[in-house]
Amino acid sequence: MTISIRSVDKQFGRYPALSKVDLEIADGELLALLGPSGSGKTTLLRTIAGLEFPDAGQVLFDGEDVTFASAADRRVGFVFQQYALFKHMTVAKNIAFGLDVRKGKDKPSKAEIAQRVEDLLKLVELDGLGKRYPSQLSGGQRQRVALSRALAVQPSVLLLDEPFGALDATVRKSLRKELRRVHDATGVTTIFVTHDQEEALELADRVAILNKGSIEQIGTPDQVHDQPETAFVCGFVGEANCFEGQVGGGEFKAGALRLPAGGVRDGSATAYVRPHDFVLDDGGFAVRVDRAHVQGALTTVNATAADGRPIEISASRAEAPRFQGTVKIAARKAHVYAA
Amino acid sequence: MAAASHRRATEDPLWAKVLVIGTVMAFLALVLILPLAAVFAEALRKGLDAALLAINNADALAAVKLTLITAAIAVPFNAAFGLCASWAIAKHDFKGKPLLITLIDLPFSVSPVVAGLIYVLIFGLQGWFGDYLVDNDIKIIFAVPGIVLATVFVTFPFVARELIPLMQEQGTAEEEAAVSMGASGLTTFWRVTAPNVRWGLMYGVLLCNARAMGEFGAVSVVSGHIRGLTNTMPLHVEILYNEYDFVGAFAVAALLCLLAVVTLVLKTALEIVQPGVRGRGGH
Ligand SMILES: Nc1ncnc2c1ncn2[C@@H]1O[C@H](COP(=O)(O)OP(=O)(O)OP(=O)(O)O)[C@@H](O)[C@H]1O
Ligand SMILES: [Mg+2]
Repeated sequence: MTISIRSVDKQFGRYPALSKVDLEIADGELLALLGPSGSGKTTLLRTIAGLEFPDAGQVLFDGEDVTFASAADRRVGFVFQQYALFKHMTVAKNIAFGLDVRKGKDKPSKAEIAQRVEDLLKLVELDGLGKRYPSQLSGGQRQRVALSRALAVQPSVLLLDEPFGALDATVRKSLRKELRRVHDATGVTTIFVTHDQEEALELADRVAILNKGSIEQIGTPDQVHDQPETAFVCGFVGEANCFEGQVGGGEFKAGALRLPAGGVRDGSATAYVRPHDFVLDDGGFAVRVDRAHVQGALTTVNATAADGRPIEISASRAEAPRFQGTVKIAARKAHVYAA
Repeated sequence: MAAASHRRATEDPLWAKVLVIGTVMAFLALVLILPLAAVFAEALRKGLDAALLAINNADALAAVKLTLITAAIAVPFNAAFGLCASWAIAKHDFKGKPLLITLIDLPFSVSPVVAGLIYVLIFGLQGWFGDYLVDNDIKIIFAVPGIVLATVFVTFPFVARELIPLMQEQGTAEEEAAVSMGASGLTTFWRVTAPNVRWGLMYGVLLCNARAMGEFGAVSVVSGHIRGLTNTMPLHVEILYNEYDFVGAFAVAALLCLLAVVTLVLKTALEIVQPGVRGRGGH
């Protein structure tokens, strides 16, 4: 199902949580909503689910206006940040709930429901845990129950709010793969919220970056990482060294640093250079290496420029011995934005 | 030395603990246990037979029956109301919510005697509806309906007060999950909200029941003290006592105490079974 969000506004009191949000989600897409805390990710997701209603704008499902349709009528699967499993029901009852509350001829038979629960438990690799209560499960298992409960009603959209937020790094990684697998197996249009850029870039087909209630950029993980359209996106997605300086005549200057800045208007500006875009270059500017340590296949270098600015450089492992004392570096790529 | 190092930072020295706990125990013995023991001692002063005889007569049995009937109406009513009110307050936002919360607390802040007088003022012969009620031969004051009304008023807040903080603490996430899976509001209430508060509800019902059976002030005003007809157990105790029938008075009082003890035992059992329900209602 396609989802269109058209200039949606939402205010809490006098504080705008969403302003003029436009977003098109294609059928079967896996989209990440990425942004810092308080940027309106949850509010946008809840608006799509029908748990929150916008002050202005429209939400369309397959071209049909559902802006004020109730959550119960939208056929969305929602996975809550804290899972919101029904504490007093077993895992199987939790998963069956959405089918069990159906009325009349829409309601599947007991056997059908049991079969569906069985299939879903298998899908998320929880076979045999149907009789447990949520309190008897680990965090990762609860997460899987929440996911299969949302999938049980065969939703046309799956919405997940920070699905892995409360889990440790290893479990996060494996559940990420799992979500991708489940998405590919069911083909359901999926939107998930995260403030972890690595998660968004690794998992999603496209990423929408939110800041202070507005969408800054929508694009594939490569696009938002390599061609950030705004200073915010550049600073938020991926590692970046940030420099405040001046643009004059197509060149950015900050201390000894010179960067090409074609097309940026003169005046104060901000430049971002990714750590891996700094390379050793005899024609560059001098920095003092404070520390170079090898991490897996990479060398991470902490250095200081002549004017005291800290600079982070990422190089290959083989280059580690060359980062000693004072070295000269240059930026092979930079993003410059007028202030 | 070793013993001292095992002490937790917040733990007081032994003499302080003994002093504090001892004081509390002595106080409880003086104001709670002693009077309770006295009730039973007085009731049994002329032997068990005399006590049983005092209970096993028409007037006393009528009082027991009326007390049980009153509780049987007031408690379910207040349980249903308390459940609705706390659901509305804890899970929904609407105008006038603070007012509703204040109103629920009203019976706690108004003297029970005043509560009784309010009903006399409204339904009594000289009251607002006095003429209408007389014309239609409806008796409320000095009759069972008045007693039930007064009891309902006084025991109004117990269940709601118990459930509101519980429901607020639980938030609305589970309800939202249910709704997003297509459940209607009513289904959500019965299948998600209510089961989550069932222990708290039982606790509130027990407290409500204890008060409903023991209420004196408000009931006294509206009852009219007609023996065998509008006397509840507490009122009957007073009448017997005023007639110097001490064995009778204390025997009925002892029975009332036993009902209260049963309630307390049930309450304690609940707390053991379900440690989370310990009374949080503010009163
Ligand atoms: N029910 C509410 N009442 C008042 N303000 C709210 C409410 N819900 C959200 N807000 C405000 O709206 C803004 C956006 O909130 P939202 O929960 O959408 O942020 P978020 O991006 O999900 O943040 P996080 O990553 O911390 O979960 C915040 O400033 C928040 O304080
Ligand atoms: Mg959020």
